[in-house]
Amino acid sequence: MATTMITTLDRSSRAAARGLSDISIRNLFIIPTVLFLIVFNIFPLIYSLGYSFTDFRASTNAPANFVGLQNYRDLLNDPYVWSNFAITAKYVIISVAGQLLVGFGVAMLLNRDIPLKGLLTTLLLLPMMLSMAVVGLFWKLLYDPSFGIINYALGLGTFEWLADPKMALYAVALTDIWMWSPFVMLLSLAGLSAVPKHLYEAAAIDRAGPFYTFFRITLPLVAPILMIAVIFRTMEAFKTFDLAYILTSQPTTELISIRLYKMAFQEWQTGRSCALAYIVLIMVLAITNIYVKYLNKVKER
Amino acid sequence: MAHIQLKNISKTFGNHTALTGLDLDIADGEFFVLLGETGAGKTTTLRLIAGLEKPSEGQVLIDGVDVADWGAAERDVALVLQQYSLYPRYTVRENLEFPLKPKIRRLPDAEIKDRVDRAARTLRIEHLLDRKTDRLSGGEMQRVSIGRAIVRKPRVFLMDEPLSALDAKLREALRTELKNLQMQLGATFLFVTHDQIEAMSMGDKVGVLNHGRIIQTGTPHEIYNNPRDTYVASFVGSPPMNLIDGKLVNGRAVMTPLNFELPFSGGTKTYGGAKTGAATEGRPLVFGIRPEDVYLESGAPVEARVHDVENHGVEKILTLRVGDITLRATVPARTDVAIEQPVRFAWNPDKVVMFDKGSGVNLRHAS
Repeated sequence: MATTMITTLDRSSRAAARGLSDISIRNLFIIPTVLFLIVFNIFPLIYSLGYSFTDFRASTNAPANFVGLQNYRDLLNDPYVWSNFAITAKYVIISVAGQLLVGFGVAMLLNRDIPLKGLLTTLLLLPMMLSMAVVGLFWKLLYDPSFGIINYALGLGTFEWLADPKMALYAVALTDIWMWSPFVMLLSLAGLSAVPKHLYEAAAIDRAGPFYTFFRITLPLVAPILMIAVIFRTMEAFKTFDLAYILTSQPTTELISIRLYKMAFQEWQTGRSCALAYIVLIMVLAITNIYVKYLNKVKER
Repeated sequence: MAHIQLKNISKTFGNHTALTGLDLDIADGEFFVLLGETGAGKTTTLRLIAGLEKPSEGQVLIDGVDVADWGAAERDVALVLQQYSLYPRYTVRENLEFPLKPKIRRLPDAEIKDRVDRAARTLRIEHLLDRKTDRLSGGEMQRVSIGRAIVRKPRVFLMDEPLSALDAKLREALRTELKNLQMQLGATFLFVTHDQIEAMSMGDKVGVLNHGRIIQTGTPHEIYNNPRDTYVASFVGSPPMNLIDGKLVNGRAVMTPLNFELPFSGGTKTYGGAKTGAATEGRPLVFGIRPEDVYLESGAPVEARVHDVENHGVEKILTLRVGDITLRATVPARTDVAIEQPVRFAWNPDKVVMFDKGSGVNLRHAS
């Protein structure tokens, strides 16, 4: 079957003259990529799975001892790790919900004939193009209690956005919303412009009000693409590290990936951190799978 | 039920003029067909009445009330489009319920069910009610979208080429169904089509539209037998009316390029009396004759060769060639002719229509 997928090499081509067959050309393209993937992705993945069952520490020369499921047992019984998960969950929900509302809202506003629509869309997409670290550094300045522009503009005096343990997580989420709403907006725009105009006309003729039209026509038709945006953003938000790490170092903003980083590279608990990484991986996979199942259901309807 | 009037409507889209000085009068309970080629402005006219577009000039009156400021919802029209525009992801029942469910005019559930069932029965789609719309065939979809129009009891039904995306058999069946439905409901229908057969077979009245102007309105019979100009003559009828250049000499039609002659039995008298007759004599004209009024006869005055034969079962359509003029003749299927066979033909002199050569206007219509 594999060979039938390949178009035959032109006999008179230069490649054929050099004695290369279809198969060898195919291999020439594919094998380097596969090798690269194995060396840098699959091998570490499996190797770290092995480490997760040991008490290996990369900072010492001590040999790794096999400890079985001890790492997993400890981690799942550790209230601190659970609190990290809780923080992450809260962060994901706030941030994704915010992005969805802002992104879809802006898309609805843009989905009409307005002057400079193209320019406006491009400008709105800019935050998404920036580097996480740059955004983090910028917003740190914007949030600054004494000279930050946010406090100045809102007249909040010296409100501590990032130093306040209760506020810090929301501040990080807000930055994330600012940065990634354009992504949701972009996907929503694609979804909205794919809704046939004649459906809206039919609804107008059928005397449906704007809310009725929105909930009965627009939303169901955009739902699948919105779900894709949610999947992407959830996965990304779950893995957030740099933004939170740069902005603040409150215990209340210690997301699971920050905990993981500290465990692996500050405490040098290599084996245990491998186990934690696996737990995170399984969680992300599980959540994504639920979404994908739901997405398929939405699509089928 | 409503009486619709368009008064001096013009509509431009940027530089493009879609409609110019359009006047239209659709009586209450009438099945009015707007006939025209693609791009003639039919759909624009429909959308103006529906309230989806605003006219650049002129007035739209429904029951004598100027509806310029009314939106589509207030005009209370139903629109059936060529592309079905069913709401995806809903079942047929949900689609039919859609216009009845908005909160503002929410009907009691029993009433909704009753109306949906009645519409489904009328259109014979009862067995499809619980199916998703994307699992329907084209004909079924179009029935559902007609159903969505009739559950509401609107004042006017507007139909934009609802049948043109369907295959021939189904089109014929739905044509009859629609006509029956209209009679049953006694509703005002405005039906837009480019298919002259649909127009002739369904319409109480037909309006022929060309380049944004109404050329002629009348019953199908009038349009067919007494077309206002050469455009209508060649657009309506399949095969279209034969149009031959010529002039009238001593009560005989003389075809100019070839000088073959045909009798023209007192034609001038029938068509406007002696006054026109004198003016018509010798003036360049176009003679129009329907293919069914051209007949083959052994002693007939003109000789022609059979250029082509189309067998339609019930009849044959011959293309006859005289010099470099061709004309169509509909003859009984049993007529035995072969291509390139010489035949003699004549026309029914009473049925000849004369058009002015320059303007193309029917002399009977010219004032």
